[in-house]
Amino acid sequence: MSATSKAYIAGAFEHPTRYAPTKSIADLHFECAQGALADAGLTFADVDGYFCAGDAPGASPAWLADYMNLQLRHLDGTEAGGCSYLLHIAHAAEAIAANKCSVALITLSGKPRSLGVATGTAVRQIPPERPDAPWEIAYQPTIVAVNAMFAKRHMYEFGTTREQLAWIKVAASHHAQHNEHALLRNVVTVEDVLNSPVIADPLHRLDCCVITDGGGALVVTRPEIAKSLKRPLVRIAGCGETVKTQTGGYIDLTRTGAAASGAVAFAEAGIKPADVKYASVYDNFTIMVLIQLEDLGFCERGKGGRFVADGNLISGVGKLPWNTDGGGLCNNHPANRGGMTKAIEAVRQLRGEAHPAVQVRNCDLALASGPGLVMGTGQNHATVILERE
Amino acid sequence: MGGPEGTKQMSEAALDFESDPYVAKHPQSRPFWAAAAHGQFLLPRCNSCERVHWYPRPFCPLCKSQSVDWVPASGHGVVYSFSVMRKAEQPYVLAYVQLAEGPAMMTNIVDAEFDSIHVGQPVKVAFRGAETGRSVPVFTPI
Repeated sequence: MSATSKAYIAGAFEHPTRYAPTKSIADLHFECAQGALADAGLTFADVDGYFCAGDAPGASPAWLADYMNLQLRHLDGTEAGGCSYLLHIAHAAEAIAANKCSVALITLSGKPRSLGVATGTAVRQIPPERPDAPWEIAYQPTIVAVNAMFAKRHMYEFGTTREQLAWIKVAASHHAQHNEHALLRNVVTVEDVLNSPVIADPLHRLDCCVITDGGGALVVTRPEIAKSLKRPLVRIAGCGETVKTQTGGYIDLTRTGAAASGAVAFAEAGIKPADVKYASVYDNFTIMVLIQLEDLGFCERGKGGRFVADGNLISGVGKLPWNTDGGGLCNNHPANRGGMTKAIEAVRQLRGEAHPAVQVRNCDLALASGPGLVMGTGQNHATVILERE
Repeated sequence: MGGPEGTKQMSEAALDFESDPYVAKHPQSRPFWAAAAHGQFLLPRCNSCERVHWYPRPFCPLCKSQSVDWVPASGHGVVYSFSVMRKAEQPYVLAYVQLAEGPAMMTNIVDAEFDSIHVGQPVKVAFRGAETGRSVPVFTPI
């Protein structure tokens, strides 16, 4: 049994706000922490491990630990962009297995919506000392245009179509209609996606995720504590993480780090993609979902377009219920970081606490997976497999 | 650091690259920018594994040898992928160009009709002045 198989997610909380101009980022972290601990049936006094990422004010666990007055014996500020919180689940399980902490709190929050941040379309700001900066910044790379280049190359190599990409948004919108907190609750069609304005060819506005304020938190704990609580048992069965580098310029824009992080997570959990009943796959852009589904092994390489078409990702309709909260495309993308909400919806599904209209029956195995940061053709990536006991 | 850097026409840009923070923070890259100021495109080539890499490092990221020399590039490549960034004040083309020497690099395609650009298209290097001073390699259809 691996270290990560001995820990459980006991608490999960997604902040209901999508617009919070009157709250500080630190306040939102506190409210998320409070929500996840209450969900678990634990208190701040129980927390002895704390995990946060680059969205934390000060980009270190120190400032929020002080703000919330946490008494810690383990801390981890690993910053891996939007997938940080999936890495934190793995790191928390490792720390618990090593007896470094017993109750690990993971928090995320941010306010890009109320701050008017043009996340995807603004030219990325790269500090001059970063090693890639001199070779990229002058070309005005935007996150949406980088993802558009993934899409363009996938279309070139495999014949993937804009209609197929649009189906991913359609599936997200079908789920979001049932989520009272989702930013966008209107069901859209393939035509709606194709008729929305082109942002960066071939991606349209509706291929892009929302920008929201908010946050979320998770509580990871050891088996004996998890089993003493009143919540359903969600075991961390397998975890994988990686950095997909740009390999010195010998690039492949039709693959992501999901191939590496997914393989490790599946091996650790001892399961196959076909065993997964529900998948949360980070949807910053439709194309990123399609490529990750291939890399994770849900379909053959190059066949992601056919896999996602015709509602195959819609719960109750298709073979792989996916992002049943509405995902980043419709529901929520707090702090422009999608890893946290991916884990939270996976926990809901395993507990049987997703909205009845999207709840997967007998959901005993779920996956949460996503990229983080954008380094040209590369990115961080993390995958977590969770099991209902 | 200021706003989006962008590029400008190459008038006096060639002369002031030394004060560019993107040059100053990376002293080993100076030969590249000095050559670029004169319209010459250099690539880092490993003397051990004989491969060219991108972006340039003073060591080879492929075999980790520290014996790397700047060599003149052919200046030729093909479009690996691209996107017309439409939602911008002045739409532009972000691209990866696969160089004839092997690696691909992020760049812009310039002096091209947006609708005529395609994956696999042959392109050749040109230079544009970045706002902070150095001249950067861009590509134009052959």
